[in-house]
Amino acid sequence: MRSETQNLNHLKQGDCTVNLTVNGEQKILQVQPWVSLLDGLRDHLNLTGTKKGCDHGQCGACTIICDDKRILSCLTLAVMKNGSEITTVEGIAHGNELHPIQQAFIDHDAFQCGYCTPGQLCSAIGLIKEGKAQTREEVKELMSGNLCRCGANIGIIDAIMEVKAGGGHE
Amino acid sequence: MDFNKNVGQPVSRLEGKLKVTGQAKYAAEYEADNLLHGYVVSSPITKGKIININIAQAMAIPGVVDVLSHKNRTKLAWFDLQYTDMDAPPGTVFKPLADENILYNGQPIALVVAESYETARYAATQVIFEYEQETFQTDLESNIPNGRSAKKGFATALKPPPPPPTGDFLNSFEQAPVKVAATFQHGTEHHNPIELFATTTIYEGKGKLTIYDKTQGTINNQLYVANIFGLHYKDVRVLAPFVGGGFGSGLRPQYQLFLCVMAALHLKRNVRVVLERKQMFFFSHRPPVKQNLRFASDVEGNVTALGHSVFSETSNFEDYTEAIANWSHKLYPAPNTLFNHKVVPLDVYTPLDMRAPGGSTGMHAIECTMDELAHKLKIDPLELRLINYSEIDPSSNKPYTSKALRNCYLQAADKFGWSNRNPEPRSTKRGNKWVGYGMATGIWDAFQFPARVEAMITKDGRMVLNNATTDIGTGTLTVMTQIAADELGLSLEEVDFNYGDSKKPFSMFQGGSSITSSTGVAIVVAAKALRKKLLKKAAKMPDSPFKNSEDAEVFFSAGNMHLKDQPNVFVSLKNIIASNNGKPIKTTNMGKPHMLKLRKYSLATHSASFVEVEVDQDLGTVMVTRAVTAVAAGKIINPKTAAGQISGSMIWGISKALHEETFMDHNLGKYMNTNLGEYHIPVHADIGQLEVIFVEEKDELINEIGTKGVGEIGLVGMPAAISNAIFNATGKRIYKLPIHFDELMQ
Repeated sequence: MRSETQNLNHLKQGDCTVNLTVNGEQKILQVQPWVSLLDGLRDHLNLTGTKKGCDHGQCGACTIICDDKRILSCLTLAVMKNGSEITTVEGIAHGNELHPIQQAFIDHDAFQCGYCTPGQLCSAIGLIKEGKAQTREEVKELMSGNLCRCGANIGIIDAIMEVKAGGGHE
Repeated sequence: MDFNKNVGQPVSRLEGKLKVTGQAKYAAEYEADNLLHGYVVSSPITKGKIININIAQAMAIPGVVDVLSHKNRTKLAWFDLQYTDMDAPPGTVFKPLADENILYNGQPIALVVAESYETARYAATQVIFEYEQETFQTDLESNIPNGRSAKKGFATALKPPPPPPTGDFLNSFEQAPVKVAATFQHGTEHHNPIELFATTTIYEGKGKLTIYDKTQGTINNQLYVANIFGLHYKDVRVLAPFVGGGFGSGLRPQYQLFLCVMAALHLKRNVRVVLERKQMFFFSHRPPVKQNLRFASDVEGNVTALGHSVFSETSNFEDYTEAIANWSHKLYPAPNTLFNHKVVPLDVYTPLDMRAPGGSTGMHAIECTMDELAHKLKIDPLELRLINYSEIDPSSNKPYTSKALRNCYLQAADKFGWSNRNPEPRSTKRGNKWVGYGMATGIWDAFQFPARVEAMITKDGRMVLNNATTDIGTGTLTVMTQIAADELGLSLEEVDFNYGDSKKPFSMFQGGSSITSSTGVAIVVAAKALRKKLLKKAAKMPDSPFKNSEDAEVFFSAGNMHLKDQPNVFVSLKNIIASNNGKPIKTTNMGKPHMLKLRKYSLATHSASFVEVEVDQDLGTVMVTRAVTAVAAGKIINPKTAAGQISGSMIWGISKALHEETFMDHNLGKYMNTNLGEYHIPVHADIGQLEVIFVEEKDELINEIGTKGVGEIGLVGMPAAISNAIFNATGKRIYKLPIHFDELMQ
């Protein structure tokens, strides 16, 4: 027990420095190595738009875009992403102008409580960029890592299909 | 004239932009100076006593501030009654950290408070407990003989016991030419909103607290905190502007609120406590239930006997009940009935309402039994419902304030294509899948609670409304804004509805599909009083054309008040307020149900669900390929958000029928799948085509706005419709939910 405590002391003194570009801004995180990227964003950078729903990679609420790929920030340690470029839900819109997927979510009533929404949005952007899913069935399958307990599933898929059909190069 | 310009329109959620840009803040997301983080330690044993706690190792970890347990907790209220809340069932409320006794697995036994979340979580593993274990009982099935009638209390008013027997059930069932008897079961379910339960308590000093909490009832939790910790209720403010789903789990204060507030008061610091997902399986849930049904009819299909007996789980400290056996006789006019409901106390936490509590449970069994009866009679299941259709409520002999269920059946059947159904089970195939059609009825309460609303017109001509209700994702903000805007002839942009704050005028918790009728009616009452005040003020303006006008002689449109018979004569709301020296004109009023009038009626929403399933012939996997639900719920204020409520609860029906269940290992008394990987809820790929129909239902009796609520009715018919469709597809009746592929394989 004693050695663990000492170990923890040592680590606490030795916070790691993580350089990130978050939504176009340079950010420096000083965190212990076991801090997840999700907690880093939420608790250290106060970017609470990214949500914690399970902390186990099971619900998708923490999905962000990291170096152009959708990832689960709860299953990623912040220290693993030194030098990475990250987009969270706060960085999707261009200033006051919503990203087409954000507007489509509002138009299609693709959320109720709104808690899974940031993850659904980032996942949708990642999915469109991947370019794998073509049909509605494929979109449903490749969005299935993002749970919605309110049951807004149909609106979510409708919104993604609309943006995909409209070009979706974003 | 622009009355009803907004009500009835499919307005997009007004808070939508905040939710899609990440600006909507939930309970764990408020910053506070020098915030401490609490991590809950959960009991690994199911029943017994804590005989020793050693916190030395945990306290030695740098950053750990305190470890609170029953040994060193703050002094608390003495009387059980002070722990009670508005939704507490009869019994003794659970008191966290009250003493050394452990009543159920996962019970909170300590709170580790540290400077960071990670430190608190790590330190929690270093608190050493010693226990004395006792034997326990957690299995409903083996404890059925211990079933007994539930104690009565305040909650009984909302969830009455089943009605007394009528006629001679036993004889009539015995002698009936056609009868069905079946036993239904479903397991435990947990609400699992995606937001983790969390509380952030801001310690304001001098006994004052500002609390951001995940709750469906700000005032409920305000009073709970004030009572337990001996604070003046005015010094406790509970805020829940955004709630990441509730589904019933936020109807009662949950333990993170208690522990967070205790730590804040004890340490005189700002504290946040966030539960882990698995710790949200250590509180309220939908109870497992066993139901025995016996229905009989004559050869023409007229139902002659309805028997429904229920055994439901409760805890050993509170008698939680649901209305499960109460529904069949509200629909079908049988002369002989026998209903009963027994609770089985077990060593678990007290169950709690979960979306359509009781209704979704009871109607699953009732409507599957009706389907079986139809099959025996060789009558189409829809036809059997129509043969037994009752315009009045047979269980009370009262008329309904409105009942458009017949049109629900007909419109949904038409849209679905029910006439194409092949009545012969296991006879329709699509590729390697069996295809089946099933249908079921839904019925649910139409609750209205008293609510108070403060309404005012400000100097810029805006209408501001205040009410303590939450918006858990139902669309409350949008719907209330629509109602209010039409009352004063304003646009949606000119109305501010403020909510989610215990400081605002009274609202009950947001449950039972009640808030649109409760707060909505209060808005209408307050708006009427406000119009009166505005007219009175306008009449006093110099050379006012409104001097001798009565309330009924004016109307409001586009920010102005007009004379009805001379619409060109008007005054702007801004000018009326200017003549009040720029001070807002305001009023606070209560809306309440018209109990005396409504006592002569029965109140209910109705629905009809039609479902197509495909069952893989080899693997037994089930897919709900399409479903249509028609709903009669009075006036629909916003067809867009209301349709979201219905399709969302249809998905809950798919989940209840095919996916979700919490498994208990009764040797350990412990839930086994306490995570979202193993607690299955439908994913996008599980959802086929869903359609929602709102059937016209004008109800001028029920309340001032003619609404009945849409939060739960969409769930009620779905589990039975799916089960019945599976029978039609495969010829197999599965009586236990959720239905798994292994039961359909052969």
